[in-house]
Amino acid sequence: MNASAIATIVPCWSCKGPVAARALFCSTCGAVQGPGSIDHFTRLGIQPTFDIDLEGLEKQYFGFQRRLHPDRFAAKSGKEKALSQAQATSLNEAYETLKDPLRRAAYLLNQLGHPVDLTACGTINDRELLMEQMEKREALADSTTAEQVAKLAMQAESEVIACQCHISAAINASNLEEAGHLTIRLKYLAKLAEEARAKKSRITRLP
Amino acid sequence: MLFQLHEPGETPLPHESDRGLAIGIDLGTTNSVVAVASDGQTEVLRDAEGKGLIPSVVYYGDDGSVVVGQDARRMILEEPDHVVSSIKRLMGRGAADLKTLAGTLPFKLDTAADGGMVRLSVAGRTLTPVEISADILRAVRIRAELAQGKTVDRAVVTVPAYFDDGARTATKDAARLAGLEVLRLVNEPTAAALAYGLDNAAEGLYAVYDLGGGTFDVSILKMEKGVFQVKATGGDAALGGDDIDHAIAERFLSERVKEHGTEIITEGEAKQALAAARVAKECLSGRQDGSWVIEVDGKPSHHTLSRAQLEDLATPWVSRTETICRNVIEDAGIGVSEIQGVVLVGGSTRMPLVRAKVKAIFGREPLADINPDEVVAVGAALQAEALTAGSDTLLLDVTPLSLGIETMGGIVEKVIPRNTPIPVAMAQEFTTYQDGQTAMSIHVAQGEREMVDQCRSLARFVLRGIPNMAAGAARIRVTFTVDADGLLTVSAREATTGTEQQVAVKPSYGLTEDEMAQMLRDSLVNAKDDMATRLFAETAVEARRSVLAVQAALKVDQDLLSADERQAIDNVISRVEETIASKDRDAVTASMEDLEAATKTFAERRMDRGIREALAGMTVDKLDNALGGDT
Repeated sequence: MNASAIATIVPCWSCKGPVAARALFCSTCGAVQGPGSIDHFTRLGIQPTFDIDLEGLEKQYFGFQRRLHPDRFAAKSGKEKALSQAQATSLNEAYETLKDPLRRAAYLLNQLGHPVDLTACGTINDRELLMEQMEKREALADSTTAEQVAKLAMQAESEVIACQCHISAAINASNLEEAGHLTIRLKYLAKLAEEARAKKSRITRLP
Repeated sequence: MLFQLHEPGETPLPHESDRGLAIGIDLGTTNSVVAVASDGQTEVLRDAEGKGLIPSVVYYGDDGSVVVGQDARRMILEEPDHVVSSIKRLMGRGAADLKTLAGTLPFKLDTAADGGMVRLSVAGRTLTPVEISADILRAVRIRAELAQGKTVDRAVVTVPAYFDDGARTATKDAARLAGLEVLRLVNEPTAAALAYGLDNAAEGLYAVYDLGGGTFDVSILKMEKGVFQVKATGGDAALGGDDIDHAIAERFLSERVKEHGTEIITEGEAKQALAAARVAKECLSGRQDGSWVIEVDGKPSHHTLSRAQLEDLATPWVSRTETICRNVIEDAGIGVSEIQGVVLVGGSTRMPLVRAKVKAIFGREPLADINPDEVVAVGAALQAEALTAGSDTLLLDVTPLSLGIETMGGIVEKVIPRNTPIPVAMAQEFTTYQDGQTAMSIHVAQGEREMVDQCRSLARFVLRGIPNMAAGAARIRVTFTVDADGLLTVSAREATTGTEQQVAVKPSYGLTEDEMAQMLRDSLVNAKDDMATRLFAETAVEARRSVLAVQAALKVDQDLLSADERQAIDNVISRVEETIASKDRDAVTASMEDLEAATKTFAERRMDRGIREALAGMTVDKLDNALGGDT
C-alpha cells in the first residue's frame, strides 16, 4: 500500500483549497466531499475482520448516515445534494455488504487477494458439498409435518452458524483457501436455511 | 486506519427566512390533509368548521371553474359527470391497466387517447390524473397560505410505500404543476412512524398497518434514538376502503334493480349508491345495523345492512392484507413476537373487522391513541421542517419493489431487489450479440414476478452510439440509481471506449418533459415567472455557497495574499452579492465566473501549501516512496 502523500491531498471542489482525499467534509469551508474509492470497512470506520460486532456496525452506519444522508442537504446546492446522495449510496452498499455474513466473507476474501466466485455453480472440488446439499434438499421436500420442517430448519440454522465459525477460524489462521471453500459452502447452507424457514412459515400459517 | 467523523460546517442554513413555508401533505385517495411543523410542534391546518380532512374530490364547471374538497363532493349527486374522485388510483397507470379496473372506477375515460398516460373526460375536458391531482394540491397549498399568511412553495408529499416509480413520478409532477417544490417524497407508513415515534419516544421494532381509501401498505421499522430504519415494506397499490364501498354499492344496486324492476343503472345511480355505501360502512363501525335510502330521479329504494353482512362483504379484502403482512414480517427476517407495537393508519382501520384482523396477525392490541387520518400529514410536516430547518432525526427507507431488466425470452433479471435501502446504485453489464451492433434496446420493469408481462413496465430506452465491434466485445455498463425519493434514473457507459452513452428514457406511463412543460405553461398564467423564480433561487443558493467557501478560505489562508490581491477578491465578492440582490440570474452566473477567475491563483497557492505541509510531516523513506510514483 504505497499511498502517495501527494495523492492524499486533493483540491476541495467548493473552496478549491487542500483537503484530505478521504475527508467527508472540507475542513476549511465545510462542504461535503465525494465518497471516493475506499473499502467498506474503512468507510464505516471498523476493523477489517470477519468477526464484526453487528450492533457496532449499525451504530457506525447510523452515525455516518446522520451526517451524510441527502435529507441533511435538502436545502443545499445541487452539487452538494448529488455528493451526499453518492455518499449515502456508498454507505448503504458498505453496510449491506458487511452485515451479511456470506457477503462479508466473500468481500473480505476478495480484499485479502483471494477472490471467491459466488455466482459460479459447484466445481468438481465441491462434489461432496453438492451431494450433501441435494440430500438435504430432498429431505426438506419430502417432509410434510410442521415438526419435521421445524427440525430441518433448526438443523440448517445451526449448520450456518457452525460454518460461520469455521470461516472465522480459517481467516484468522490466514488459511484463505479453506476460507474460500467454506464461503461457498455457506452460500448453499444459507440458501437451504432460508428455504426451510420459508416452508416452516408456510406450514404453520395453514389453518 | 479508522475514520474520524468530521464536524460539517454546522451553520444554520443561510437566507432560509426569505424562502416560503414548507408544509407536509398527505395526498390521499379519499381525503388529503395538510400540516405544518415549527420547532417540532405540529399543527393540522383546518377549515372554518375545524375539519382537517379535505376530500380529494374535484369539480370541473362548464365555465372552467375548479372546485376542490367538501363543495366538490356535494356536487357528486347533482352533476356526477363533472366530478372526479379517487384519482390517486390512476396515478402512474397506463390506458391498458384500466381495462381491468374500469368497471369499478367512477371515471369516464378518454378512449381516444392511445397508449401512455390515462386521460379522463370531465365536463368536456380531457385531463390526466397528474393535472387533477395538481388541482387538489393547489387547493391544499392555498389553504396553507391562507392559514399561515405566508407564501408556501415547498412541501414533503407522502406516497404509499408500495407506489411504483410511475406513480411516484406522477405525484412529483403534480406537485410541480401546483407550484410546489417537492423537498422529498416520503412513504406514508414511514411518515406515520416518524410522527408516532417522536411523539412517544418509541424504541424497538414497530409495524405500521396503513389501510387507506385506495391503497394498503405495511412497513416494519426499527426506531432507535431518532433513527427510523425501514426493515421491510409491502402492500397493494390497488386495495383499500374503496373496494369495500364498491362491494356494498353493488349489493345496494342489485337490491334497487329488484325493487324497481329496471335493468339499466345510470351513472347518477351508481355514484349515489357509492355515496350511500360509504355512509353505511362508516355508520356500521359504531352500530350493529342500519337502513339507507337511495333516491335518484324521484325514485327511492330502501336498503338495510348489518355489521355482520358488511363484514362478509369486506372479508376478502381484509384477508388480503393478512397475507401481505405475513410476507413482510418474513422479509424483515423477524418473528411476530419481536414487534413491540402496531400503529394503525388510514380511515379504513376504524372498521372493527380490520382492528380484529390486525390483532390476530400481530398477536397484540394495535395502538389506537393516534388519529389515523392525520398522523401521515403530521409526519410529513415534521420531515418538511427537518429538511428545511435541520434536525437530528433520520429516515432510512427501502425500495418497495424489485427493479429488473427484460432478458431473453421475456424473463426479468433483478438488478435491485425489493427492500434494498435507498439511495442505491447498482450496475449491470451488457454486451452486443451481433457484429457491428451500434444500438441496444433495454426494457426496465418493476415487480416480483418472473416474466416481464407480469411486472410493471417502467421505461424502455435505446442505447445508441455503441462503437463498431465484434459481437460480445462491447462492455456496456448500465447503472440504475434510486434516489431518496424512491425515483429511478438510468445511465450507461461503454467500458472499452469509456464513452458516456446518451440514454433516452421513455416512461411507459409518465409524461414526457415536453408534455410537462406544456402543462406548466397551461396551468399557470405566470408559469414563466414561476419557473424563472425557481431557477434563480437555485443559482442564488449556488452563488451564496461559493461566496461562503471563499470567505472560509480567506479566513484560514489570507497570509497568502497581498493587500491588493485581497482587495480584488473582496471586490468580486461584493459584486456577486449585488447581483444576487438584483435577482438577475445571468448576472449572478457571470459574477460567479469572475469570482472563480479572481481566486484561481489563491487556490493554487493554498494547494501548494497543503501539499508542502503534508510532505513536511513525512519521514524520508516514505517521501521517496511517495515521489517514486509507485502507487
